[in-house]
Amino acid sequence: MIVIIDYGMGNVGSIRNMLLWIGAKACISADPEVISQADKLILPGVGAFDNGMRNLNDLGLVTLLTELVIGQKKPLLGICLGMQLLGNRSEEGSLPGLGWIDAETVRFRFDDEHAHLKIPHMGWNSVRLEKESLLFRNSNAEERFYFVHSYHMVCRERGDILTETTYGFDFVSAVERGSILGVQFHPEKSHKFGMKLMQHFVETV
Amino acid sequence: MLTTRMIPCLLLRNQGLVKTVKFKDPRYVGDPINAVRIFNAKEVDELTFLDITATVEKRPPQFKLLSEIAGECFMPLGYGGGIRTVEDIREILSVGMEKVIINSYAVENPAFIRQAADLFGSQSVVVSMDVKRTFFGKYELYTHGGKKPTGRDPVSFAVEMQQMGAGELFLNSIDRDGTMQGYDIDLIKKVTESVSIPVIACGGAGGLDDFADAVDKGGASAVAAGSFFVFQGKHRAVLISFPSPEELQRTFER
Repeated sequence: MIVIIDYGMGNVGSIRNMLLWIGAKACISADPEVISQADKLILPGVGAFDNGMRNLNDLGLVTLLTELVIGQKKPLLGICLGMQLLGNRSEEGSLPGLGWIDAETVRFRFDDEHAHLKIPHMGWNSVRLEKESLLFRNSNAEERFYFVHSYHMVCRERGDILTETTYGFDFVSAVERGSILGVQFHPEKSHKFGMKLMQHFVETV
Repeated sequence: MLTTRMIPCLLLRNQGLVKTVKFKDPRYVGDPINAVRIFNAKEVDELTFLDITATVEKRPPQFKLLSEIAGECFMPLGYGGGIRTVEDIREILSVGMEKVIINSYAVENPAFIRQAADLFGSQSVVVSMDVKRTFFGKYELYTHGGKKPTGRDPVSFAVEMQQMGAGELFLNSIDRDGTMQGYDIDLIKKVTESVSIPVIACGGAGGLDDFADAVDKGGASAVAAGSFFVFQGKHRAVLISFPSPEELQRTFER
């Protein structure tokens, strides 16, 4: 069973829709009992960093998730804000993040040459693999993913970077550290490309 | 690199899809679920659904239909029509759509846009603007499916909506709707020059060059169209189509 963590931060319905479509067993829950039983976890998220951390804290999920992900090494996929929460902190807020990935989240800032670029980075963009990963097994150059975000993650350890994407400059668009995974884009909104990634997460990671 | 989004805009009327000309004469073009499946198979960039009679009939969105749509396709989805409460928005987002499009109620109660953006994030809140040229050649904002003139200038309204926290503007030209004679570049330019948030141009696209014009000359961040994606040939036979990735690339790199 894959549990999509329901902490009031959006887009859970579309993730469930895609998991059901590919035949995975999935449920949406904020119940510690249900979450404890999960084989794998998805931390979704749309919205502000502090709201996300506050909701996780208020639901009493931070300690539990840390035990499951760090202690028991259950695979977890963070999506969009869910990826940013994996880091230490964000410029967007003042609360500490989960701190599982040594990274900070900062707002897009462009040099003069790219000052015309809009924030948020919204639309379809490609990713470049920085290391081998089960999540991106058999990926190819034509793959594209749907992004919507104003902030991006900056990793301190090069080895955590899974993919990079260009928008004014190269930013980290996916991370992987052991069984902890994060993607800045929305696989649940990225057609067959996102579906393939989700399938890899469900079947092989 | 980031590609320009090309967005089919599908009009819901009761349970069916229709296409209008200048916001009038709705012609039935098919079943929404069937159309969604085809657009999903063609891997379109994004889909927009507008329920064109919800506000006029004073009814809420058809949540069940929206849920069925969201369960059939895996791309960004926007919905507009009859949205007047925070609960409406919550329900639409929870079925798996990520953008709500607000038109009439944004004019009636601009503070609602602020409330929606604070609760759900600007990226979820799109304000749509239906604009018509007046007899004297000025632009005027309309609501209620193009039936009700507001006396408002679209540029000042666009600026106000940006200040309220709208994440995008969906700019529709009533005069060009369904004509396939090209976008109203002058209108698009006026609005894009006055705001920094993305503007989606809609109304009038008849060919791939029109899309490129909206972006290059008008400054639009994304392009939307109806007839272009559902009609084929001069007799306007119903046939759903979407350009291939190669065609899209050529269009925006000419």
